[in-house]
Amino acid sequence: MELVEFKNLSKNFGSKEVLKKINLTIEKGKIYGLLGPNGSGKTTMIKIINDLLQPTSGEILINGCEPGIESKKIISFLPERTYLNMNMKVSELIQFFKDFYEDFDEKKAVQLLHKLKIKETDQLKNMSKGTKEKVQLVMVMSRKADLYILDEPIGGVDPASRDYILETILTNFNDGSSIIISTHLISDIEKILDQVIFINQGKIVLNEDADTIRKKKKTTIDKLFREEFKC
Amino acid sequence: MEFEFDDDKPIYKQLVEKLKLEIVLGHFQSGEKLPSVRELSTMICVNPNTIQRSLAELENEHLIYTKRTAGKFVTEDENIIHQLKQELAKDKIDSFVSDIETLGLKIEDVIKLLKERKNS
Repeated sequence: MELVEFKNLSKNFGSKEVLKKINLTIEKGKIYGLLGPNGSGKTTMIKIINDLLQPTSGEILINGCEPGIESKKIISFLPERTYLNMNMKVSELIQFFKDFYEDFDEKKAVQLLHKLKIKETDQLKNMSKGTKEKVQLVMVMSRKADLYILDEPIGGVDPASRDYILETILTNFNDGSSIIISTHLISDIEKILDQVIFINQGKIVLNEDADTIRKKKKTTIDKLFREEFKC
Repeated sequence: MEFEFDDDKPIYKQLVEKLKLEIVLGHFQSGEKLPSVRELSTMICVNPNTIQRSLAELENEHLIYTKRTAGKFVTEDENIIHQLKQELAKDKIDSFVSDIETLGLKIEDVIKLLKERKNS
């Protein structure tokens, strides 16, 4: 069944067309890679799914309904930039998420944080950029959501931690839920993707099963991306 | 279990090959229970749907079977495993022969070389 549907959706910022008549379906139970060069419209698409921007024309449906309170309950979103209060301690952050989201699993969050050697008494502002990103990802993945949207989840994290993060994503990817990952670091994530979406200048230029691409093109997703978007 | 994948070939196909090898080598023994899809997924950091697809292919080839509610198990039919071993050996020989042919050698030359190697 469709979890998200873009129907002929366009978005303009003034006279600039950022998304051009997008038609796209996100199904249940799959991990999607939303890949495109800078300024291609990835984050705009993500913001529209999360009800942070309104389409100029066309329609977006989440579980058959327009985005709103109901869709926010089922979508767990990791934005590109931190929005958390840096004066908070980890324990306060956990309380904050518990207050906000019914589906937040405190036990799971604590467990994952311990594995990363992050203490509940640690304060966000004293953490490195990478550690902050890990904490946020743990929070987002500790919800029992239908759709996880991760905008650049591994950008600031060292290569050794990337594998741990991918593992975290896979472990918490429960049956029937879907994940959309947007990133430039394609080679790091390509083996966990089911479906690959390339977006360029506001248009979907490719939407295909990852293994089918490898079979047809006999190349990696990363190389295909580099070819497709060569400057 | 450490699995490395080439990202330029379908991952599910590669996983099928690797699991076959594990079975032939006896790392997964006849009748043994396989790790669950979820366990395999986190163990080798591959999408669970891909794992599912690979296991379905192994099941199609009767190398593994599903016990309802208990999980997936390696076949207890030793003949099937023996046959698989022969197939894998044949594949190796095929690729070996094609490599040799690109070097411009004939099979007879190679047999001679192999005998020399065995004696040395």
